[in-house]
Amino acid sequence: MTISVTITVNGQPETRDVEPRTLLVQFLREHLQLTGTHVGCDTSQCGACVVHVDGKSVKACTILAAQAQGAKVTTIEGLAADGKLHPMQEAFREHHALQCGFCTPGMIMSAVDLAQRNPNPSEETVRHELEGNLCRCTGYHNIVKAVMAGAQAMRG
Amino acid sequence: MTNQGIGQSVRRKEDFRFITGQGHYTDDINRPGQLYAYFHRSPHAFAKIKSINTDAARKMPGVVAVYTGKDVAVDKVGGLICGWTVKDKKGEPHKAPRHDIIAIDHVRHVGDQVAVVIARSLGEARDAAEAIEVDYDVLTPVVDVVTALQPGAPEVHADAPGNLCYDWDFGDKAATEAAFAKAAHVTKIDLVNNRLSPNPMEPRSAIGEYEPGTDQTTVYTTSQNPHVIRLILCAFVFGLPEHKVRVIAPDVGGGFGSKIFNYAEETVCVWAARKLKKPVKWTSDRTEAFLTDAHGRDHVTHAELAMDKDGKFLGFRVETKANMGAYLSTFASAVPTYLYALLLAGQYTTPAIYAEVKAVFTNTTPVDAYRGAGRPEATYVVERIVEAAARELKIDPAELRRRNFVPDDAFPYQTPVACVYDSGQYAKALDEALKMSDYAGFKQRKAEAAKKGKLRGIGLCAYIEACGIAPSAVVGSLGAGVGLWESAQIRFNATGSVFVHTGSHSHGQGHETTFAQIVSDRLGVPLESIEVVHGDTALVPMGMGTYGSRSLAVGGSAIMRAADKIIDKGKKIAAHLMEASVDDVAYDKGVFSVKGTDKQVPMAQIAFTAYVPHNYPADLEPGLEASAFYDPANFTFPAGVHVAEVEIDSDTGVTRVVNWVAVDDFGKVVNPMIVEGQVHGGIAQGVGQALLEGVVYDPKSGQLLTASFNDYCMPRADDLPSYKVGMIETPCPHNPLGVKGCGEAGAIAAPAALMNAITDALGTEKINMPATPQNVWRVIQSQNLAAAAE
Repeated sequence: MTISVTITVNGQPETRDVEPRTLLVQFLREHLQLTGTHVGCDTSQCGACVVHVDGKSVKACTILAAQAQGAKVTTIEGLAADGKLHPMQEAFREHHALQCGFCTPGMIMSAVDLAQRNPNPSEETVRHELEGNLCRCTGYHNIVKAVMAGAQAMRG
Repeated sequence: MTNQGIGQSVRRKEDFRFITGQGHYTDDINRPGQLYAYFHRSPHAFAKIKSINTDAARKMPGVVAVYTGKDVAVDKVGGLICGWTVKDKKGEPHKAPRHDIIAIDHVRHVGDQVAVVIARSLGEARDAAEAIEVDYDVLTPVVDVVTALQPGAPEVHADAPGNLCYDWDFGDKAATEAAFAKAAHVTKIDLVNNRLSPNPMEPRSAIGEYEPGTDQTTVYTTSQNPHVIRLILCAFVFGLPEHKVRVIAPDVGGGFGSKIFNYAEETVCVWAARKLKKPVKWTSDRTEAFLTDAHGRDHVTHAELAMDKDGKFLGFRVETKANMGAYLSTFASAVPTYLYALLLAGQYTTPAIYAEVKAVFTNTTPVDAYRGAGRPEATYVVERIVEAAARELKIDPAELRRRNFVPDDAFPYQTPVACVYDSGQYAKALDEALKMSDYAGFKQRKAEAAKKGKLRGIGLCAYIEACGIAPSAVVGSLGAGVGLWESAQIRFNATGSVFVHTGSHSHGQGHETTFAQIVSDRLGVPLESIEVVHGDTALVPMGMGTYGSRSLAVGGSAIMRAADKIIDKGKKIAAHLMEASVDDVAYDKGVFSVKGTDKQVPMAQIAFTAYVPHNYPADLEPGLEASAFYDPANFTFPAGVHVAEVEIDSDTGVTRVVNWVAVDDFGKVVNPMIVEGQVHGGIAQGVGQALLEGVVYDPKSGQLLTASFNDYCMPRADDLPSYKVGMIETPCPHNPLGVKGCGEAGAIAAPAALMNAITDALGTEKINMPATPQNVWRVIQSQNLAAAAE
């Protein structure tokens, strides 16, 4: 049995027939080939799969694709607008906030949401807010720097 | 050009694809007609397999095949191998019991492979795997080394009596005993180095693929060393010719050692793909990763340090029991031996050292190299006992270290445990670290913390490590089954851009940038015109891969050699173009010139001429490319000092890291930004080990109790401080770049520094890692009870 799900992903309405148990992250990765959203665990701890659903950061492994029916989803692939990197993407590169790159898409998507809610976050706020995103490479030092710089750049 | 070469914090070339979600990790790759593998794994730590019923599973929708160990055996597939043979005290080779890619008669740890389902979708494969029925005769497991060595303990393998893999020793026993006989003071310590799960954020993944028309097998796999995987699969597991097997390790999301090894799952994918003539894909979920990725550490150690009345170290003896897990993983045997005991001199002039190591089989996941591999364990023993000795002797721990440092003028320095340290300035690093951490002001900070009811502690760690593994002849004589050189190839294109092929593999280290900087610096090619290629055995010359902080020291040196060959050939072409003698041609940063004249030719023109050789030396081959292999003359020995400062809440037992200083000597630094990033990440893993992480098995059932991120505490952003990183540069004298290696330093230094700070705050050595709030609180309570009783 399959069900029909329509989600607007990065501005493009996408309709697919999927198994009802299909997670949003599987819908993105396997049905739309948007493989920038990663899967790093099975318990919604690591945050590698964070995307924006109707503007809010959501772990795409925690919801079914069917639950996102009709929603607007932004993935890492849709963050850069008009071929120009998002300020948070720029900040991650500038501050060497990534090494292997696997946690990076989820980390950036979380950071953008964080900065939208806290335009001028303290280091403590950034560290607390990033609790749901695991990185094994960087020790977070440069991620924290990048998120603060990215938030500043987003303020303009 | 000046801001792109060696010594510059060039922003990484590889980042664009990662920050835009366009990396290509193995699980992002899908092949036409691909099938999915899902493993049925043992729920028991130790059991005899009485029967397996796969009938129901075979009838499930989408199922193409269900295989058990007996199906694998029919095809005479070899077991997984250990590539380093350690000889025990009697000269006998270690015990390496057979490790089948799917278990046949026994399962020996929770998660051992019992069967595999191959189906058209992952969901269907998983559903069918649940329908497999296995009848087990459950046996009593043993999970820890102390119990496993006791008489009458359950035996994990019939061909490893007493669970002993080897009983090995190293160093001069008699000289060490003599040193202890004349000692004025002996400090003793018992330590547990907790078992860790490496947990790169990308779970392992593999695709096996077979093309009957060309008899070509392709393996996509999350590997740190694709050629080593090809070698093992071809020469030991399948008996296939290497030219018919291509291994591709594309973007790999972290490794930390755990992706060095040849694993059962990738091997099963290859076997099944060849059998079914369809691509077969497997991707680990996180619980499978906890159950099957090789773990790290897991040592139980007793150590004793003999000193004279002034605290001068006279002798050091160490007795370690190392857990190997259920099977001997690819390089497991080398970790608690040659990567451990050879580093027990630390930064000190201790003249006599003796180590005994028993490696032990248990019903747990195999243990192998994890970031640092043996060197963190050695540093932890040395630096904990040195700190404890200082406290017993009432000598400042910094001063006791200083009294025993190998002095600057003693290099090259022969230790009593085989290593020849190449270069270093140990006292300078200590001085710098003490200054940066305001060590002198600590007493005042401790007093201020006490007023707030907080226990404040400071701890040092002066670590040494051996990187750049390794001179092939040396490791060969110690039992390694491979050489440990590295390869490089520089290929110019006609229009001046360059491919750099390296046998190293980048899985976060930034080789695409660092290696390009070297080539840019040496050959004068703009960074954007250089493409570093790695991770594909069909594209890159045979190489040994990345681990042990070797890539720059060994792989980078190979690139330098290749660049020298390009320059040598370029001089011949330049001499022809400028109508000069080759001996009169000078070269500097991409420009060939005739000495004493203003005639010059840039590298780009040389490249074009080499491929469009209309006006060209008669006796010279066209083309501009060069291959080089580099086998290091020695290990190289980065060293440094880390200072940790903590505040402990005595009501809750929560330890807060309030200050962290690292002063490292990595020799010449190519990209300081990348090197600092490596230090940060290493420290975080070391802090994780000391404060948060630990693999826990239930001692009775052998169940893994920490099999998800819910139960295994990974360091998160708000568990960690920002770090102050300083560097000193004492170039390595024996490689062309003068570089040493930086990837593991933080993980090596951090646990001892942090535990020394915690034991300083608590006033007792008796606490093991991880110093969780519960563990710390218990120590504080027992001290309070003891104080109340007095």
